[in-house]
Amino acid sequence: MTLGYPGRTVLEDIEFSVRAGEVFAVVGPNGVGKSTLIRAASGILPPERGKIAIQGQDIVRMSPARRARRVAVVPQAIHLPPAVRAMEVVLMGRTPYLGWLEREDELDRQLAADAMRRTETYELAHRRVGELSGGEQQRLLVARAVAQSASVLLLDEPTAHLDLRHQDRTLKLVRELAHEQGLGVLIALHDLNLVARFSDRVALLSDGRIKSIGSPRQVLTPLELGAAYGVEIHVVEDPIHGTPLVLTG
Amino acid sequence: MSEVTARGRPLPTLSRRSKAVPFLWTSAALLTMLVLSAAVGPVHIPPLVVLKVLLARVSALGVVSDWPASYGVILNDIRLPHTALIALAGMALGGSGAAYQGLFRNPLADPYIIGVASGAGLGAVLAMTAEWPTSALGMAAVPLAAFVSALVTVAIVYGVARVGRSTPVTTLLLAGVAVGIFASALTSLIMLLSTDQLRRAISWLLGGFSLGGWGPVWASLPYLAIGLGGLILLARPLNVLQFGDEEAMQLGLDVEKLKLVIVILASLVAATAVAFSGIIGFVGLIVPHLVRMRWGPDYRRLLPLATIGGGAVLLAADAVARTVLAPRDLPVGIITAVAGAPFFLWLLRRAKQEVFW
Repeated sequence: MTLGYPGRTVLEDIEFSVRAGEVFAVVGPNGVGKSTLIRAASGILPPERGKIAIQGQDIVRMSPARRARRVAVVPQAIHLPPAVRAMEVVLMGRTPYLGWLEREDELDRQLAADAMRRTETYELAHRRVGELSGGEQQRLLVARAVAQSASVLLLDEPTAHLDLRHQDRTLKLVRELAHEQGLGVLIALHDLNLVARFSDRVALLSDGRIKSIGSPRQVLTPLELGAAYGVEIHVVEDPIHGTPLVLTG
Repeated sequence: MSEVTARGRPLPTLSRRSKAVPFLWTSAALLTMLVLSAAVGPVHIPPLVVLKVLLARVSALGVVSDWPASYGVILNDIRLPHTALIALAGMALGGSGAAYQGLFRNPLADPYIIGVASGAGLGAVLAMTAEWPTSALGMAAVPLAAFVSALVTVAIVYGVARVGRSTPVTTLLLAGVAVGIFASALTSLIMLLSTDQLRRAISWLLGGFSLGGWGPVWASLPYLAIGLGGLILLARPLNVLQFGDEEAMQLGLDVEKLKLVIVILASLVAATAVAFSGIIGFVGLIVPHLVRMRWGPDYRRLLPLATIGGGAVLLAADAVARTVLAPRDLPVGIITAVAGAPFFLWLLRRAKQEVFW
């Protein structure tokens, strides 16, 4: 498929699929179109050419509610309304299951509470979003997506505002959702070492195309990365995790 | 992770009491203002008598009429219909103002900013020049014309503001201002051309409540019940909309459809207010703002509270309008603008964007 905005094509003739139960990472230099890809996969940016499907069904043609029951998004830009309470943010994740005139019931509240516990945001439930740090807001958005109970999870730089502990926790949670609950996860990440540790497959985007696709070990190579990022790259083995460790210079 | 917190604990909820408190306050304010509004005027009627007459009207219980017969006539035929109509207009302005603000995610949005009030005014003036509502038909024609032209206004504004598949807030507001100015200019022109109706139309446009009797009250009730009831029921999706169009869509909301329904309902309510009470500024802007500052931005509370509060505030403004230069009645729109504009500027400086969703 080809993705872009009126008059500007961002990604051309790209094709890949994310399987249920895997974490699929998208990497590449700034502005290469990772966020565009996430937006398209969420159904709000129809492709210029081609099709985005989930289990064979075109997501652009689905009703928003049906789509949101299958695809949950953790957006990158944090513009959360500051006066709303944290738990209300997470409860919004139940929107695709509620008619316009319905209210959340006990099950919805339970699922939201579970999602908050899994993302360590439960204690923030009554705080207003404006009082929370960027990292706490980021985790709330992850909680909201978990509460959405979708089969596909899209994350756009979910660790950007997170400290080391919460980077680790959040990505472990994401991996757990994929490996244990069978979600298909598409994640855009800058940090190649996190990609190496937490993803099952990687697509490297550069110049509007997919340059390579495969396991982290196959894709995260000095040659491919050096060409894509325009900087000298070394890859060694991470002594702790045994995964590729990407270093510059 | 779950070992960090107690397992299976449900989400904490606000107690019933803390949910009810804001409703008690605003309802008490509305009730007080209803009684006071009916009490003030050229003939002062003790509030207790007003209360008794009100009770006698609404209940079958035998309330012994120990008040002078003239009080009963004044209240039942003149004051109470006037009070009821003002209360309804205020409720309509407060509720539709809150809805527009939520819809456009802009604390400055209200029926005037997006041109609906001017559009409704133009329709009403057109209907008036054709036939001033002395007949039952005329009474129905004015609100109908106001509603139709409010919807036409919204359709034009919406159409102009639409970019691709979405409707950005900025273009919507700009289009609203432009179309509103255009409608106001046409209204002025029509008024200048039809001199005999000029004075009446001007006083109506300023919110003079020049219609009398119970007729307008009954005529406006169904529109307001449908419009305000619908808006209050749609408070949860309106909350989701506060996250932005794109996120709301990703959360499964049919954003364009929801916006359309809310625009129609809010415009029905605003047009009804304009048709029966003229163009009254600032109530729809300030009341939701005050409620938001005090009780937060959740539209499930904000919409009903702004509705009730709007009634109380407009009744207060009207009581001032009828007493400050007594025996002359001022159009209530002057009072709301004189008191409202500086108040709103002060709010803007003080609150900036912090309290807005």
